[in-house]
Amino acid sequence: MTPKRKRRLMITLFIVTGVSAATGLTLMSLNENINLFYSPSQIAAGESPHNATFRVGGMVVTGSVTRNARNLDVRFDLTDTVEQVSVHYSGILPDLFREGQGIVALGKMEGTVFRAEQVLAKHDETYMAPEIRDAINTANAGKPSAGEEDPY
Amino acid sequence: MIPELGHFSLIIALSMAFLLSLLPLIGAYRGIVTWIVFARPAAVAQLCLVGFAYLCLTWSFLNNDFSVAYVANHSNTHLPLIYKISGVWGGHEGSLLLWILILSGWMVAVACLSKSIPAILSSRVLAVMGLISVGFMLFTLFTSNPFERLYPMPIEGRDLNPLLQDIGLAVHPPMLYLGYVGFSVPFAFAVAALLEGRLDSAWARWTRPWANIAWMFLTLGIALGSWWAYYELGWGGWWFWDPVENASFMPWLIGTALIHSLAATEKRGVFKAWTVLLAVLAFSLSLLGTFLVRSGVLVSVHAFATDPARGLFILIFLSVVVGGSLLLYAFRTQRLVSTVRFGLISRETSLLVNNIFFGILCFSVLLGTLYPLILDALDLGKISVGPPYFDFIFSLIGTPLLAFAGLGMLLHWKHDMLSRISIRLLVCALGCLACGLLLPLFLPFYSVAVAIGLTGGGLVIIMSGSVLFDRLGKGRVLARLRTTPCSIFGMIVAHMGVGVFVIGVVITTAYSIERDVRMEPGDSYSIGPYRFDFEGTAEVPGPNYRSIMGMFDVYRDNEKITRMKPEKRFYLIQDNPMTEAAISPGFTRDLYIALGEPIESGPAWAVRIHYKPFVRWIWLGALMMAMGGLLGAADKRYRKLGGRISGEFIPVRPDG
Repeated sequence: MTPKRKRRLMITLFIVTGVSAATGLTLMSLNENINLFYSPSQIAAGESPHNATFRVGGMVVTGSVTRNARNLDVRFDLTDTVEQVSVHYSGILPDLFREGQGIVALGKMEGTVFRAEQVLAKHDETYMAPEIRDAINTANAGKPSAGEEDPY
Repeated sequence: MIPELGHFSLIIALSMAFLLSLLPLIGAYRGIVTWIVFARPAAVAQLCLVGFAYLCLTWSFLNNDFSVAYVANHSNTHLPLIYKISGVWGGHEGSLLLWILILSGWMVAVACLSKSIPAILSSRVLAVMGLISVGFMLFTLFTSNPFERLYPMPIEGRDLNPLLQDIGLAVHPPMLYLGYVGFSVPFAFAVAALLEGRLDSAWARWTRPWANIAWMFLTLGIALGSWWAYYELGWGGWWFWDPVENASFMPWLIGTALIHSLAATEKRGVFKAWTVLLAVLAFSLSLLGTFLVRSGVLVSVHAFATDPARGLFILIFLSVVVGGSLLLYAFRTQRLVSTVRFGLISRETSLLVNNIFFGILCFSVLLGTLYPLILDALDLGKISVGPPYFDFIFSLIGTPLLAFAGLGMLLHWKHDMLSRISIRLLVCALGCLACGLLLPLFLPFYSVAVAIGLTGGGLVIIMSGSVLFDRLGKGRVLARLRTTPCSIFGMIVAHMGVGVFVIGVVITTAYSIERDVRMEPGDSYSIGPYRFDFEGTAEVPGPNYRSIMGMFDVYRDNEKITRMKPEKRFYLIQDNPMTEAAISPGFTRDLYIALGEPIESGPAWAVRIHYKPFVRWIWLGALMMAMGGLLGAADKRYRKLGGRISGEFIPVRPDG
């Protein structure tokens, strides 16, 4: 092998190793840091993970929001119109958090209660997070008489 | 009448752009001089026509012409004047018009400032930019016409999104677009060079200031967006790794690689093909960002599928531009072989390392942004990629990058010996390491991330300082100040900015204190030496909202320092509440109060109080980087006659 070819081979090997190492690391950390989405129906069916952070989305059930008058604890129910999950959160809710509004919460299951670390509502009146819309549609798809009006 | 004039003006501008994109290219191919020189006046004419269309839309906003659908959807009679002007780019259609206006502005800038460049090259550059204008004008006219009328005409407009009624967001899009679109200039230069099949150091010299200025605007635009998010969204965060943010960050990363590799191409004639590829990629990523934000694909992949007109158009445009230029690149790149050699220890190597690292960073952001979209499109599940992923990648790759940034500035071009700078390197590195490791001991708690960040950031600052000392330190400072090229100062200021930014990021991230508390009037809450007394709330009317203003007296060691007035605003037309945080800024700390919501509709409120040390350093660092970009572009040598210097002697000095 000529010195020139040898150098080229070294450079190519160097680049290939570098790129594969970078891709491997990236994919590894990507897989560790993704948050899966579950609907209240999936949680009721026991599909959601235990001891792992995930996202749940749905509409805030009207009349379900109760605040503790002494601190910032809030409890409310989320629904995909079929099943409900009860959510506990401590802190300030986003500006657009309202009863009947679609929200997404990030957190873990504690028994039958979802303990949220973060509650998100998009800054748009008409906005319905695509996950929630799909969750509601999927949940309703199984019902024979989904006769009620569209919730959104 | 006026909106129709604007519409017609835009249509004529489209035909002008069409001619501009064809005639000079054919003229250059066939050697028809009149067709070549057509490019400059055509660019000026295009700017006038687009500018007129833009003024027509602004006029409709100022006169509350709600018969124009776009105005009715984004304005209101009670909207303050400044937001009527900025409302022009507050929505999809208008922001595209702004994009076209800025593109035309860049074209005229190229036309006016390229007198020293051979006419064939400059007209090719203008033609390529004309081609891009054609795409965007077609897109605007066919899928998102801002002049569309609305029947029947509503009496009142729907008002501008309250989030956009803010001075930060009023100036953020123009800055960002100046950067985005600015990368079309290096892109056009790259394509023109590929068409010509020739690329010398003069080409890099012409392209470099444009890339620097575009990069400066993009830096400012991103910094403004981050600053806006900090005080307007009411969470006190400054970066969220949101796909919309990533869309603007990816061209910045590749743009950073581009301005570094352009330096090597200009000074030493190396990395030619690579520089051209980066110029193509930087603008392609700008287009990709536009596609992601404008097609609705980020809101939902499926929403894109049900209303595909806009998304599909940009997607086709994107593939034509990216595919076409990459194809051209593939055919012509072998003509751009660099014959210049350089040693392993040299500034070229360090710039190469810089480019590889920035490439990896950009690739991982791209992956993290597109991965959820791809999975969703294939119905493989709904995921979101959290900030920990990006934080991990950036701390992993950013740390060695800082070290190389410090080292690279000290190295000479072509070939250098580590022994020449080893003593200084060792002293600086050990000094920074000692400071970085020891300083966190005096901070609230010890954090490894802070130690690494302080070491790395400090190293870059010290190394930049030592380059400055080399230039000015040895007597006759004033005389040396005058002979030192401006671009050297640009390099020093920008890299010091990187250091300042990194220090700001690690300290804010580690030592911020964030508390959500319930407070009644008369309550007080303390964070460190600061005490916040809640005095109560008052109702304050605004032009198109009513506001509840909280009053907080802030004491430091029992001495009153300021009164902070966070607001909760209720915008009447869109029926939206908005949090206006109160911020007491400082060089070493920000105090931040945001009103949450009233509890039990009583006098008590949920209040968010933040103590954010060194958070200003983040934007200060970004400002310094932008300043460095400006200084680099302002260098005297770019204003010299450029046409005849392509074969000149290239000095082997450690110049910027």
